[in-house]
Amino acid sequence: MTAPTLDPARIVHQDTLPGARYWSFIIRRGYCLRLTDTEGGANCSALLYNAHEKLERYNMADTLKAQHTAYLTRGHVCYSDMGRVLMSIIDDSCGWHDTFCGVSDAALVKAKYGEHRYQDYRNEFYRNGRELFLIELEKWGLDRRDLVANINFFSRVTADENGDMEFHAGHSAPGSHVDLRAEMDTLVVLNTCPHPLDPVREWRPHPVALAIWRADPVAADDLCMNSCPENQRGFANTAIYHCQYD
Amino acid sequence: MTSHTLTESPLDPAAAVHEAIVRAGEPWMKELRQGQTLRIVDLEGNQAVDTLFYNARDPGEHYSAVDTIRAQGNLYLTTGSRLLSSQGHEMLVITADTCGRHDTLGGACAAESNQVRYALDKRSMHNCRDNFLSALVQADIPLSKRDLTSNINFFMNVPVTPQGRLTFEDGISAAGRYVEMRALMDVVVLVSNCPQLNNPCNAYNPTPVRMLIWD
Repeated sequence: MTAPTLDPARIVHQDTLPGARYWSFIIRRGYCLRLTDTEGGANCSALLYNAHEKLERYNMADTLKAQHTAYLTRGHVCYSDMGRVLMSIIDDSCGWHDTFCGVSDAALVKAKYGEHRYQDYRNEFYRNGRELFLIELEKWGLDRRDLVANINFFSRVTADENGDMEFHAGHSAPGSHVDLRAEMDTLVVLNTCPHPLDPVREWRPHPVALAIWRADPVAADDLCMNSCPENQRGFANTAIYHCQYD
Repeated sequence: MTSHTLTESPLDPAAAVHEAIVRAGEPWMKELRQGQTLRIVDLEGNQAVDTLFYNARDPGEHYSAVDTIRAQGNLYLTTGSRLLSSQGHEMLVITADTCGRHDTLGGACAAESNQVRYALDKRSMHNCRDNFLSALVQADIPLSKRDLTSNINFFMNVPVTPQGRLTFEDGISAAGRYVEMRALMDVVVLVSNCPQLNNPCNAYNPTPVRMLIWD
């Protein structure tokens, strides 16, 4: 599926994150981050923090139980641990984003793919999701204590009635995208390491294209705000947080 | 149908080196040395016991829900589950379980999440995160809100459907059911005996639990 074209006049920045790379940046309230899986089969791990008070951060459990879901897609929001909405998923052509598998670590990457170190492979050396998150977190004064359960965009993992988990290969088609509208100024920390449950043993991390664009104001009939009564209350809490800024 | 294998423990409560009753709605914090076994007994049934673990020698290393469930390929905890840390180390192993399975995704209740889930005016109700924070500030260990991550809910039933729906269902525990785990490193156990009054999972009636420790 091809991503709907954004009006170029709305786009304030575009970039591409190669496979197994990392970046972090602040998405201001009212702007939107589009992630696009240009080749298909990408994984984009993400952590979210209140840009002004990073002790407030994306909370997997609160996000899932408020919306009675184990995965994320269009109409869902990403809750902080303080009952507020950091980002809303206003569009999604992929349909399912994983919330409960975390990221790879050095031991997992070495066991699955072998070892490629910098001295021999230069910038094609193998990286792992935990390492890349920690490097990026340190740039903001954060560390391992702030590395909480993350979202894995473009990856689908289901569980059967006994809880046994299954990774769905080929879930994300080339060009699939997800749009994340910031409801608060949000520090977004990303890396594009392969999903830790991806069974492919060949190291071939995929790139993710980024576009930051100016979103429409949140309307009274907004999809994400009205998708459940919990989200109406989450948006109300977020408005209270902002009441002195408008 | 879901299948639960129940495993009883050979340990004799009379031989326990420590015993405590944690009343409904109260926190409990205790260091467990490597090799010691902790049993949590659901005295009256369907009580949620929100639990976190920290490496007692390096508290920046904590229980990690995502690493634990990824490594075992299953969302729920029961006998044989190895509770992994954020750094991939085995912290504890569950050695007995007469309940059947325990939740890894539901997290702890908080004043703010209660507002979202139930009503904005629920902010003043007692909650697990307040218990965690209250225990941390009184403890002689460098832990704070930053260290509160996705916790285990022992005895709580939060099924995920194959379609990805997550619900809080009536508990599958009952009076006298227990779960037991052996420490594979020195750990600090942080518990909130959940005071939630808005959720049918505990029949709106939080109840006490018993803690037993063996060497």
